[in-house]
Amino acid sequence: MVFRHKHILGIEHLSRDDIQTILDTAENFREINSREIKKVPTLRGKTIINLFYEASTRTRTSFEIAGKRLSADTINISASGSSVSKGETLEDTARNLEAMHPDIIVMRHAASGAPHYLAERIGCSVINAGDGAHEHPSQALLDLLTIRQHKKTFEGLTVAIVGDIAHSRVARSNLYALTRMGAKVRLAGPGTMIPPGIERLGAEVYTDIREAIRDADVVMMLRIQLERQGKTLLPTLREYARFYGLNQENLKLAKGDAIVMHPGPMNRGVEISSYVADGNQNVILEQVENGVAVRMALLYLVAGGESKE
Amino acid sequence: MSILIKGGRVIDPAQGIDEVLDVLIEDGKIAKIDKGLKGKGEAIDAAGMIVTPGLIDIHVHLRDPGYEYKEDIVSGTRSAAAGGFTSVACMPNTNPVTDSKSVVDYIVGKAAREGFVNVFPVGSITKGLKGETLSEIGELKESGCPAVTDDGRPVVSGELMRRALEYARPFGVTVISHAEELSLVGEGVMNDGFVATELGLKGIPWVAEDACVARDVMLAEYTGARLHIAHVSTRGAVEIVRQAKARGVRVTCEATPHHFTLTDEAVRGYNTNAKMNPPLRGADDVAAVRAGLADGTIDAIATDHAPHHIDEKNVEFNIALNGIVGLETALPLALRLVEDGVLSLNDLVARFTVGPARAIDIPRGTLKDGVPADVTVINPNLEWTVEPQKLQSKSKNTPFGGWKMKGAAIYTIVGGKVVWRRES
Repeated sequence: MVFRHKHILGIEHLSRDDIQTILDTAENFREINSREIKKVPTLRGKTIINLFYEASTRTRTSFEIAGKRLSADTINISASGSSVSKGETLEDTARNLEAMHPDIIVMRHAASGAPHYLAERIGCSVINAGDGAHEHPSQALLDLLTIRQHKKTFEGLTVAIVGDIAHSRVARSNLYALTRMGAKVRLAGPGTMIPPGIERLGAEVYTDIREAIRDADVVMMLRIQLERQGKTLLPTLREYARFYGLNQENLKLAKGDAIVMHPGPMNRGVEISSYVADGNQNVILEQVENGVAVRMALLYLVAGGESKE
Repeated sequence: MSILIKGGRVIDPAQGIDEVLDVLIEDGKIAKIDKGLKGKGEAIDAAGMIVTPGLIDIHVHLRDPGYEYKEDIVSGTRSAAAGGFTSVACMPNTNPVTDSKSVVDYIVGKAAREGFVNVFPVGSITKGLKGETLSEIGELKESGCPAVTDDGRPVVSGELMRRALEYARPFGVTVISHAEELSLVGEGVMNDGFVATELGLKGIPWVAEDACVARDVMLAEYTGARLHIAHVSTRGAVEIVRQAKARGVRVTCEATPHHFTLTDEAVRGYNTNAKMNPPLRGADDVAAVRAGLADGTIDAIATDHAPHHIDEKNVEFNIALNGIVGLETALPLALRLVEDGVLSLNDLVARFTVGPARAIDIPRGTLKDGVPADVTVINPNLEWTVEPQKLQSKSKNTPFGGWKMKGAAIYTIVGGKVVWRRES
């Protein structure tokens, strides 16, 4: 089938078939990453700009490697601070970049909706690499690929996502993606971190982490960022770890073959204990590995490549 | 100079008039309202039209002095005239702030020389809108300010708000409260709720408005002073005012067309023309605002006309400025309430005339014999489409672009002079 999306702005706009196509395409690309010569000519002559307004190591590197392995020319731009403090508006930045005729812009921005803004004003494809607390589609897709490798199907799976749901783009994108593929999603976190109405997106909301992970097939922990979320949402990280952290003890409540995921970077001893992070149920580095394949798939598909049936 | 407006349905709630009558204007004043009048001067055939006291908008940002790139007294009052308004009260968040006689004199003088409609400047409660010391409220009143407000910001200190009410009272100055508890607003950029959750935007909870409305209503009750609450947008705020009025507290309030027309759903797509303060709320809040307009809890419809340059709206949602232009879309949006059966045409006219006039105590809002002839002639059936580029305001920041409207002012008469006549 032909992949019809010019932009990847969020999972919200992707159908079940779209997600299936992306995961299947990524699965095909995985093999390239284990070759001795990790490069194919697929996107030769294409220009990809990684436009990152927020610090990122993992996602930016992953997109860059993905582009390079497909032989595209990749350029990284790190802009710190908002467009106001820099003096140039996002619209002007967009126009200037467009004048250089890139094929794809991969964008991360602290403002929710910034990639949508860009997509409305620019001719090339835009891939959202994380916008504010809104969406992080490539993260959700790599999470799904990882889950599928372990669980084969999404139907009937129970996935617990634990942490700061209110400020998490990873949680929103995963919620859309997992429910669309037939999995059941449970969300858990402190009362200050559950956003209003989230259950209307198809999630079950829990305040007790133990109830959320009981009999779960997948436990996904979110990073707690005390510096970003201000001091009013939590008393201490110590208390957070006690009530909302994943440890060997409460992990026993999940299914015996449950997998443990984390989008990184981890705060060891806060949302996840080192024993669990390094334990045999963790698939955290597989997520990172799959990230390259998923991003290759996204770049390939928005560049107009047809998916393999 | 005389104008005879013939055969229109004259609605003047202040006098309890609702009848097909002729209105004769002579020497800038209402000379007579009766049947079968004759006059020598200009005649306006108003058959099928509605003739009302000139509409009043007590919440307008004219941006002059200081932000003339957004709007000025000329363009802002032209926009008002085009919308059917004959009087506007302009907010003090100018640069310099309208906190002294000299700034008020400038506004009054320029409006008199170049403006299309009457302008009543509203002074600031505190010097420089800083929330620290009171402005010279006595002299502001003397120079022409019927009311004071720190609009755009609440008076954070309860003590200072108390003193403002106590001090303003003997001068007969209404204190207008822009009510929000800032610590609850935080970094919020839209209504707190499901849409904010979906869009990943920080929310402003209704309790931020309710808490401050409650405080200010209680301070009005405590001091016995006149308080007006600007732009109520929540179910709770309407209810607090309703109960206070029942207790005899001297409080009035206003609501904007956008708060009785749109919900926070309008923000979807990160539409910066749906970003305002207070934010667009949920459906139950919209229903409560409509109910408040219907039962008279809400005295006035006011636009909070807030022009912004395209550069201030054409940005990421988080950093876009708050507010929309409203003068030219208020009347047809309000007429929808009549169509929807929310309130009678009579009550609607009251919310645009006697209601706002009494809230800030200005000698307007009626067609009594001998008062300045401010009259609006409305064609309730005129169908038109909002084209932002054609608005008279300098700014085009409206969420109603492309909306099909029914009803418009066809004549706007200020002091016996036709200042606006709609061509089509």
